[in-house]
Amino acid sequence: MCTVCGCSSGNLKIDGQTKDHMLDQPHDHSHDHEHGHSHDHDHHHHDHEHNHGHSDDHDHHHDHSDEHTHDYGQGPAHAHAPGLSQARMVQIEKNILSKNDEYASTNRAFFNERGILALNLVSSPGSGKTTTLCRTITELQDKHVCSVIEGDQQTANDADRIRETGAKAIQVNTGKGCHLDGHMVGHALGSLNPAEGSFVFIENVGNLVCPASFDLGEAHKVVILSVTEGEDKPLKYPDMFHAADLMLLNKVDLLPHLEFDVEKTIENARRVNPGIKVLQISSTTGEGYADWINWLEATLALATTGHNFKNNAEKQTDVEMTAVAE
Amino acid sequence: MHEMSLCEGILQILENESEQKNFKKVKKVALEVGPFSGVEVDALKFSFDVVMKGSLAEGSELIIIDMPATAWCMQCAETVTIKQRYDDCPSCGSAQIQVTAGEELSIKELEVD
Repeated sequence: MCTVCGCSSGNLKIDGQTKDHMLDQPHDHSHDHEHGHSHDHDHHHHDHEHNHGHSDDHDHHHDHSDEHTHDYGQGPAHAHAPGLSQARMVQIEKNILSKNDEYASTNRAFFNERGILALNLVSSPGSGKTTTLCRTITELQDKHVCSVIEGDQQTANDADRIRETGAKAIQVNTGKGCHLDGHMVGHALGSLNPAEGSFVFIENVGNLVCPASFDLGEAHKVVILSVTEGEDKPLKYPDMFHAADLMLLNKVDLLPHLEFDVEKTIENARRVNPGIKVLQISSTTGEGYADWINWLEATLALATTGHNFKNNAEKQTDVEMTAVAE
Repeated sequence: MHEMSLCEGILQILENESEQKNFKKVKKVALEVGPFSGVEVDALKFSFDVVMKGSLAEGSELIIIDMPATAWCMQCAETVTIKQRYDDCPSCGSAQIQVTAGEELSIKELEVD
């Protein structure tokens, strides 16, 4: 029974955490107490040590080695030594997103192994992500396999729209969450099982804020901005435009009816991200799609370079797909 | 809320660390936050209290260490301090600057029992 940390009596308070802790307790206890005792000794010795200085090194050799062995247990001993401050500083230096980054790098390895091009499509709600995706898949479908991970807070509407194109789609409902994270995408990939050398489009939750911080393992973030939004969106949401490699300026067919300064918008996007590529498209009329499809195919070519799917006899259908693509 | 899931991430790290480093209670959490981390500090503080409730860090104090945002100015060939991603260089006015720091979002240290 420990009176210092009260771990056997205080179990009501800290529920889940203490359960494991209690199971381990009997072992910990005997150890801790031993250390506690010897630690007291150490402290006496400490004072002496200073007085004795260097001259008594040999005589005190025993004490020293004792101290060294006790040092191993200094962590728990600290907590139990009477009179010592129980406060302890722990250096962590750990990125809060490190857990997500681990999941993301697993996803990225999955994509790399299979020569899959994964794109993370981000935008505010209503900028035409799903319409863009439907048209893109329709245009790519004859030559490439496409599958989609749909992120929305609620409903499976978007996945249904994608499935109408014939592509495989998985709907992820984030519930209260405002973004997809690496873990959700990893799960979705398990059920989606995308083919080698194919496209995986991840349609993120409509939100220009949070999805910027969460790596999903994608090759590129593609931000979609429609001309019915403001020219200053890249400045208002700089993190997202900074994180994206390509910006699709959508709904350009509406430009004649609007006061929207395309140049200004592109300038603003380049201000936060000098390297961003911009393509102007209309997912209703198909304007600009030649360039967008070019970009997609060229980027897929990069993702599949070095992969020789023909060696894999089981992947006959994929081989045909790649053969047609050539 | 984004800050909510960040706090859940913090709690996960605290729980893992408590096993590895053998502590049972967290009293203070010091976070390094850069201006481009995408985090609203007030929302983070609010979510922090909510998420830590009933955990080993219940009632712990969240200390925010504001990290400066810096950029490399190609004209000045110097590191300069900026406030926004789209800022021009504060000394020469050039737009040719590259952000070098400001995205920090990490737990620096903890005070524990």
